[in-house]
Amino acid sequence: MTNFPVEKIRADFPILAETIRNKPLVYLDNAATCQKPQSVIDSLVHVYAHEYANVHRGVHTLSVRATDKYESTREKVRSFINAASDKEIIFVRGTTEAINLVAQSYGRTNIQAGDEILISAMEHHSNIVPWQMLCEQTGAVLKVIPMTTQGELIYEEFERLLTPKTKLLAVVHMSNALGTINPVKRMIDAAHALDVPVLIDGAQAIPHMSVDVQALDCDFYVFSGHKLYGPAGIGVLYGKQALLEAMPPYHGGGDMIKRVTFEKSEYAGLPNKFEAGTPSIADGIALGAAIDYLTAVGMDTIAAYEAELLAYATEQAKQIKGLKLIGEAAEKGAILSFVLDHIHPHDIGTMLDSLGIAIRAGHHCAMPVMDFYGVPATARASFAMYNTKQEIDFLMQGIQSLIEVFG
Amino acid sequence: MFEELRDLYQEVIFDHNRNPRNFRIIDPSDRKVDGFNPLCGDRLTLFLKMDGDVIVDASFQGSGCAISTASVSLMTEIIKGKTLTEAETLFKQFHEMTTGKEEHIDLEAMGKLAVLAGVREYPARVKCATLAWHTLDAALKNAAASVSTE
Ligand SMILES: Cc1ncc(COP(=O)(O)O)c(C=O)c1O
Repeated sequence: MTNFPVEKIRADFPILAETIRNKPLVYLDNAATCQKPQSVIDSLVHVYAHEYANVHRGVHTLSVRATDKYESTREKVRSFINAASDKEIIFVRGTTEAINLVAQSYGRTNIQAGDEILISAMEHHSNIVPWQMLCEQTGAVLKVIPMTTQGELIYEEFERLLTPKTKLLAVVHMSNALGTINPVKRMIDAAHALDVPVLIDGAQAIPHMSVDVQALDCDFYVFSGHKLYGPAGIGVLYGKQALLEAMPPYHGGGDMIKRVTFEKSEYAGLPNKFEAGTPSIADGIALGAAIDYLTAVGMDTIAAYEAELLAYATEQAKQIKGLKLIGEAAEKGAILSFVLDHIHPHDIGTMLDSLGIAIRAGHHCAMPVMDFYGVPATARASFAMYNTKQEIDFLMQGIQSLIEVFG
Repeated sequence: MFEELRDLYQEVIFDHNRNPRNFRIIDPSDRKVDGFNPLCGDRLTLFLKMDGDVIVDASFQGSGCAISTASVSLMTEIIKGKTLTEAETLFKQFHEMTTGKEEHIDLEAMGKLAVLAGVREYPARVKCATLAWHTLDAALKNAAASVSTE
């Protein structure tokens, strides 16, 4: 392995010292949610102990302090994804809320009966259901880009499905069920050639690689703080300024207005227009701490280390008789989804848990992907920068042993 | 390596998982109900053949984890020959055994089903064991459609 300082990083994550059923925790469920470094935990504690007040609405010192801290995260996020302006960074609860916001605000304004919305066969439910709801409301039609059994989108089919009827492309950057990294740049360019705006679901991609929204030229990019080593309850909608400006508000309430009378309300400018109500103040500030942490380690360094972990895990997994990998795309992030002959993923999950190993067993909120592979569920080990080769060895030993026990 | 799991994965469970009993279709059947656990995606179909009030045959189709397969397999064995009322009582006892208060459980009375008592300690797996029984409950009430554990 490269000289990635994994032991030093592990020491920054207090939960990794936990024991589960008297065994050291081996946390391999990072695609569901990531653990938090001490600096993020400290940040939460510090806010509540020293900086907490409501934001954007007080003249008192504490409110100004909280507002400054909260707004400084917006700038950190902007810089982290290289957005052109911090007006383009909208704080939401998470990926799910961000997609719903775009579907309802952008979608209901711009999409009509007979229009088509294009998604892919490997979307998380949160990038399927909001569009189905929009289709029901508007009479638009949902189209789905198919994939191969390797778990790669069929690019020619994408080109065929992208037509003048297409009014929006919403596609996942990295699949949580398969690990596939989609060729989003190429897809965005193809969509733009037909003036089709593109939303990228970056929930999984964002903790694993550096993302530059201007280089991608995507119209919307969405992600959750909790998968980025930050707190749950805070997430980001990036949108191009011109698009966001033309969109109506999603929620109405305090903070998103300039002036309210009973006859009419005048909305605030960006980003406040989309941020009605008191936000997750401390979580937002702590997301800034998570970004500081990641920036210090370096996203490219993390990506290189995780690529080694994935290559090692894949090689080991292939040695196990009766193990079938689900998702073998050439471009893949650090996710290993698999099934075992005659052993249900739930049993795998419980057995590994008894060894202290946390994996996910289930449909990963991607039931259509399960249907495609004809399995009810898969077992999924998903890696983060604090995982080690030894942990992968331990996982593989656990899998070998449980295969023996099941006979 | 898996010593702590012995209460959950007893040999009887492995046996029923490897060789599920009554894994077949009854056609024509008198009652046929689908059970679904949306949490894990497991599905099963339960078939009952009745003679008046008595269950004369029971079988199932579908796939699930070892716990749910063993549970439905054992269930189809045990309810054969039982009246609807007796089966309903068993459903309640099974439910109590897997989710109820410790002191209300009479493991002796549960017979073979007692091997599933271990799920009590694994809240994430209780639904695997009870899916079969919820499906039976729906069949007993003659709910023709389908049942979900949620
Ligand atoms: C690809 C993908 N999209 C969307 C989501 C939804 O994220 P959240 O639950 O944080 O809103 C997830 C989370 O599992 C995901 O993996």
